[in-house]
Amino acid sequence: MTTGGQIVVIIMIMGGALSLAAGLIWVERRLLGLWQDRYGPNRVGPFGILQPLADAIKLLFKEDWSPPFADRSVFLIAPAVIFATALLSLAVVPVAPGIGVVAEWNVGLLFFLAMASLGAYSVILGGWASNSKYSLLGGLRAAAQMLSYEVFMGLSLAGVVVLAGSFSLAEIVRAQADLWYVVPQFLGFVVFLIAGLAETRRLPFDLPESETELIAGFHTEYSGMSFGLFFVGEYIGIITISALITTFFLGGWHGPLLPPLVWFLLKTLVLIAVFVLFRAAMPRPRFDQLMAWGWKILLPITLINLLVTGAVVALP
Amino acid sequence: MELQAYIPAGLAVVLAVGFTGLLVALAVLIGPKRIAGEKEVPYECGSDPIGSPRARHSVRFYQVAILFLLFDIAAAVMFPWAILYDDLSVHPDGGASLYGFGIMLVFVSVLVVALTYVWRKKAIGWD
Repeated sequence: MTTGGQIVVIIMIMGGALSLAAGLIWVERRLLGLWQDRYGPNRVGPFGILQPLADAIKLLFKEDWSPPFADRSVFLIAPAVIFATALLSLAVVPVAPGIGVVAEWNVGLLFFLAMASLGAYSVILGGWASNSKYSLLGGLRAAAQMLSYEVFMGLSLAGVVVLAGSFSLAEIVRAQADLWYVVPQFLGFVVFLIAGLAETRRLPFDLPESETELIAGFHTEYSGMSFGLFFVGEYIGIITISALITTFFLGGWHGPLLPPLVWFLLKTLVLIAVFVLFRAAMPRPRFDQLMAWGWKILLPITLINLLVTGAVVALP
Repeated sequence: MELQAYIPAGLAVVLAVGFTGLLVALAVLIGPKRIAGEKEVPYECGSDPIGSPRARHSVRFYQVAILFLLFDIAAAVMFPWAILYDDLSVHPDGGASLYGFGIMLVFVSVLVVALTYVWRKKAIGWD
């Protein structure tokens, strides 16, 4: 592909993700409204569908205040980090056969894990640089949560790598032509879904933010577009994680009748809806319960999954 | 050829970072600048802040950071194993081999012993 063609593909994938994120914000607010017996946004445009656009324009025209007590350079960089890394993770996702920025890359899976780890810095640095007590507590919680859940996020994918024999995401999808990995790797699927929720800091894992106890956690002191970057970064994170679960466990673009791209989008959208449902349905756990759950239940499950996968593959 | 594979990734990095920078720059350029006394103080629900957030305080789960290093290095060892598993499961004479499975069994057993020790020492709990 020529450089121009590559740029077009990159802009289409990233632009698609951004528009999807805007749509997702509206869908989530409407759905939460429905489930909580209220309207949700319904004023801007038909059914309030232009609300995210109005919000974006408003955020651009509001003051981007970096407080004098904060560590200014880190304070400005932190939200940009999560936004950029969330967008970059999408580069390794194959949306259809042959379409993807670097879907054939033989280090694709490792690249995604690296971006996920970098994204964690944004929250921790944002919380620390704000120099406010609530932000610091949010940042510390984020640090402990990320450290714990990153371990099995990586390990839960080791089973997929064993089955597919490749780090390339396109290769992993092609290996699922006959059987989606959600069947042989069910435990891996569950652990990755939970780790993905923790990675995007969504309920029930939004302890770094937990607005009922820490105001807004790590982004208490943020305003204007800096807050907007944290906010949109979270939604792009949901899209990325859903797209990756589709790729690793739900067969990516594979499916009967409909074109591959439609299947990929359909599966991703269903997973996004599940993420929204989790937010509406789940309470927030206590922090020590969260940590104990990760280390005492999910880590052993991941190790067992790895050994069982190895035994099944090795024994004819 | 090898480096060619990195060009699209490089383009993606440039575009993603550029777009992010553009948003931040636009917000700084367009947004108003107003000075007001209340904005100069960290938000603490309206009361004046007591002490500095940089003061010492007890960080629970600091051991978890150390555990993370150990277990993440273990994970870094498991990835090469996972990708080479097909080769490790074939005997040099042809036919199946349990070599790959065996080494991982030993490795995971050591990890489980370590995890049990940490668990019994209550390094993962609140107390």
